Amino acid sequence: MTTETEAAVAAAARTAGQGQGAVWHHRHLLDLDVVSWPEIELIMRTTDEMKGILARPIRKVPALNGRRVTTLFYEASTRTRVSFETAARNLSADVVSVSTATSSVTKGESLVDTIRTLEALGAEILVMRHSVSGAPYLAADVFGGHVLNGGDGWHAHPTQALLDLYTMRQHLPGGDLHGRKVVIVGDILHSRVARSNIWSLTAAGADLWLCGPATLLRGMDRWATAWGGGAIPGHGRFHVTSDLTEALRDADVVMALRIQRERMQGGLLPSLREYAARFGLTAERVAQARPEAIVMHPGPMNEGVEIAPDVAISGRAVITEQVTNGVAVRMALLYLLAGSHEAAHAGDVPR
Amino acid sequence: MTDRQIMTDDEIRRAIVRISHEIVEKQAGTQGLALVGIQRRGVPLARRIAGAIEEHEGVRVPVGALDITFYRDDLSLVAQQPIVKGTDLPFDLNGATVVLVDDVLYTGRTIRCAMDALIDFGRPRAIRLAVLIDRGHRELPIRADHVGKNVPTSREEIVKVHVAETDGRDEVSISRRASAAEPAAGNQ
Repeated sequence: MTTETEAAVAAAARTAGQGQGAVWHHRHLLDLDVVSWPEIELIMRTTDEMKGILARPIRKVPALNGRRVTTLFYEASTRTRVSFETAARNLSADVVSVSTATSSVTKGESLVDTIRTLEALGAEILVMRHSVSGAPYLAADVFGGHVLNGGDGWHAHPTQALLDLYTMRQHLPGGDLHGRKVVIVGDILHSRVARSNIWSLTAAGADLWLCGPATLLRGMDRWATAWGGGAIPGHGRFHVTSDLTEALRDADVVMALRIQRERMQGGLLPSLREYAARFGLTAERVAQARPEAIVMHPGPMNEGVEIAPDVAISGRAVITEQVTNGVAVRMALLYLLAGSHEAAHAGDVPR
Repeated sequence: MTDRQIMTDDEIRRAIVRISHEIVEKQAGTQGLALVGIQRRGVPLARRIAGAIEEHEGVRVPVGALDITFYRDDLSLVAQQPIVKGTDLPFDLNGATVVLVDDVLYTGRTIRCAMDALIDFGRPRAIRLAVLIDRGHRELPIRADHVGKNVPTSREEIVKVHVAETDGRDEVSISRRASAAEPAAGNQ
């Protein structure tokens, strides 16, 4: 077989495998560790269709007509919450939005009681954000419907990782991340975005680099080398470094993370100014990456700290695309979750 | 389960040619005409009808593809979400006469979804319906304008349309459902 035919056969196999064979059997989406690569491909394909809906004159389809989606956010959020609610409405679902600041949570109601109450009020899909890692797992234990993790503590933010992956695939030739150098710079320690991205990006075959001050990389080096040679299928090694120049060299994707001032206890960083001076993404630093490299940020940005204002609005930045893609990815997930039924559930048990 | 052939490749070809003539005759020309195939097998059928129209009228009629997954009224009844196959309508629907094309007309629910979906893209002047097989058992007040073949069936039977583009051959066959437990989704 010639190389050309081989390539054609491989391409055909990839196309055939793009979610065609995969079915969705997860009742909840809590993190990407239990989501297989064919399932991620299915999400990406479904997201393509949702993007098509967003481009229509009427951005609404009746797929989830009459289904009840409740958002329960114990932490401040604009984009994630609005994104989920927009996604649910685009699918014609009924949306109830619970803000814990004005709910009985302030009277001391426990998480479990709140969730039971919301279920009794008719919630079928619960989108939840909580400052405690693992809280959505507790919710999934007591809730009769579907739980979608909108971010829990330092642990996971699966929809963000999926929209990041989708955005990268849009910009990389052939939508393929194999061997592409992806650099995540910033506060890795406190970042649920980074942790979820590790699962999806290593599964995608990317050459993943995590970069930041040593104090904000704690524990990551052990994870980075935990699985060599594909001990866990689809998940692989990544690099951890404090050398920004080495990390940025010839990168295809540069992602800055927000310095989370609210999670920063004394001693981790000398000062924001020093962080900006050593790790802030400036135009000169981004120039070390490939000329066609894209710059990403999950938002909200501290401009002038982790990213320079001119970089954030430069032609390489795809930050607003990430936001738009977020709606499409969340539509895809709501659609897929709403169609999964009790009998089909498997593999949702947390590690 | 025994398969019985009810249309050969030649019969399918002739039916498509006849439908193409009927469509042009009804429209009194090809002005403002557009064909929209319903995923999946409606799409190659729509292309073939357009090809036949081009052959005898010398006019290329625009062809689109419509996926009705998000408009189905039975999403809560199926075990897994159906895979979405893509919508592509590369022309302006406003004021056009749209002929929906599908392989089998059965309950009529697919066509209702298709009309809902089409209307979200614009306001066609008219929507018409062309199908290769009409097997009866309507659950909605819908009828086809152009039919390749009327086939009386029972609900226990499955009508399967094969087209060369996706199945490697042109054929319509009918078979009896092996057991009542067999899922109906995807088969008409």
